[in-house]
Amino acid sequence: MAKVVAVTGNEAVANALRQVNPDVCAVYPITPQTEMMQRFASFISNDLVKTEIILVESEHSSLSACVGASAAGGRVITATSSQGLALMFEILFIASGTRLPIVMPVVNRALSAPINIHGDHSDAMSARDAGWIQLWSENGQEAYDNAIQAFRIAEHMDVRLPVMICMDGFIVSHSIERLEYLEDEEVKNFVGEFKQLNPLLDIEHPVSYGPLILTDYYMEFRKAQDEVNTKVPQIVLDVAEDFAKMSGRKYGLFETYRLDDAEIGLVILNSAAGTSKDVIDEFRDKGIKAGLLKPRLYRPFPYREVGEALKHLKAVCVLDRADAFGSSFGPVYLDIATSLYPYKEKPVLINKIYGLGGRDYLPGHAETVLNELVEIAGTGIPGSLKEYIGVRE
Amino acid sequence: MKLKGWKEVTPGCVITEAGSAVQFKTGSWRSLKPVFIEENCIQCLFCWLYCPDMAIKVKDGKRAEFDYDYCKGCGICAVECPGKKGNKAIIMVEEGK
Repeated sequence: MAKVVAVTGNEAVANALRQVNPDVCAVYPITPQTEMMQRFASFISNDLVKTEIILVESEHSSLSACVGASAAGGRVITATSSQGLALMFEILFIASGTRLPIVMPVVNRALSAPINIHGDHSDAMSARDAGWIQLWSENGQEAYDNAIQAFRIAEHMDVRLPVMICMDGFIVSHSIERLEYLEDEEVKNFVGEFKQLNPLLDIEHPVSYGPLILTDYYMEFRKAQDEVNTKVPQIVLDVAEDFAKMSGRKYGLFETYRLDDAEIGLVILNSAAGTSKDVIDEFRDKGIKAGLLKPRLYRPFPYREVGEALKHLKAVCVLDRADAFGSSFGPVYLDIATSLYPYKEKPVLINKIYGLGGRDYLPGHAETVLNELVEIAGTGIPGSLKEYIGVRE
Repeated sequence: MKLKGWKEVTPGCVITEAGSAVQFKTGSWRSLKPVFIEENCIQCLFCWLYCPDMAIKVKDGKRAEFDYDYCKGCGICAVECPGKKGNKAIIMVEEGK
């Protein structure tokens, strides 16, 4: 039986990690993730979980320790935010290139400078091409559910890749919401026993990790890694199906909201999707066919499926809570544009940058954007392709 | 040796075979070559102990020849060699001379 609780997003994910009971957790505190690992550390102190915690001197060290522990043959976790993720950058690629199934909640926070502790997506977006699987979460329930599914995806023998579970800093991490916990036993059975692949501690079968791979083999390893990524979406769906059987909660590669017959639509990640759905309902009440697509599996990005879901619309706005400086558009916009490019008939696509550094995303913002889309759908002509919204002139 | 294709490589570049470094001959990296002068050798086997590449062979407990397939010419053996009466049993000479 599910247990209904009122908890913060951080507490929910800390509980998911407790229920999974990993072997090793190497971690360094950083706002807004700190509360999650503080709670997890208290579970260890109270003997509610058997995980060995390694307190390190930086995030570069925390992920390095995770790489070592994972190669040794353990089920391994860490967690971070913002500058911490940035400091891990070098090791992110080592974890994915070495195919180590490390699971890491990322509590999304703006990057410096200027320094800011609040929720935006510039941290995880900067790491989107680091070879990690990324699952994004609208609220505490999704973060909890994604955290549990992440282990099955990462540890699948056809995958063996690290996974980030992304959730908005403060908006989700520190807000108390009603959500449902699964039973400890259910989670334990769902994730199953950790299966090792080439563990360093198996002294009967000695292996070497991290060899120098030069011109004669580097491309073969990269091609193999790319190929693994193509298998991930189906495995994410299979795991989601098993999860739905246990929990009753359904997940896909992305969520669509009133999108099937829509003429205009929003594409938006994480917590702001909730606000947008309310405004879409208001537009529907007025007889305007509006819909929404919220990516969940953002890396590897399911281009084909997303393109199929959006191609029939007349006008779409991609809202990015991060800018990709120098590429002219926000990161999600670039992926959606790529998804739609192969189609002859496709929606006009515009980009809005919103909510940076935790700036509130209000229903009025969604309303303004949807009104603009109504106009574009009518004329077929966009105004500006990219704009910041909710910013003072 | 036939090179493997991308479908045949191990996940994460892990080498699952013990002692496979023997297949990778590093002798061609050498620019300085150690030469053994047997009459100056006191059989201390310091060179065998210090060699980072196991490129000094020992036969029946006695110093044998260098394994030039793997010796990179680092010169540690020549530095560590105490020699006999001030004369080294290992000297480094330029390759090709």
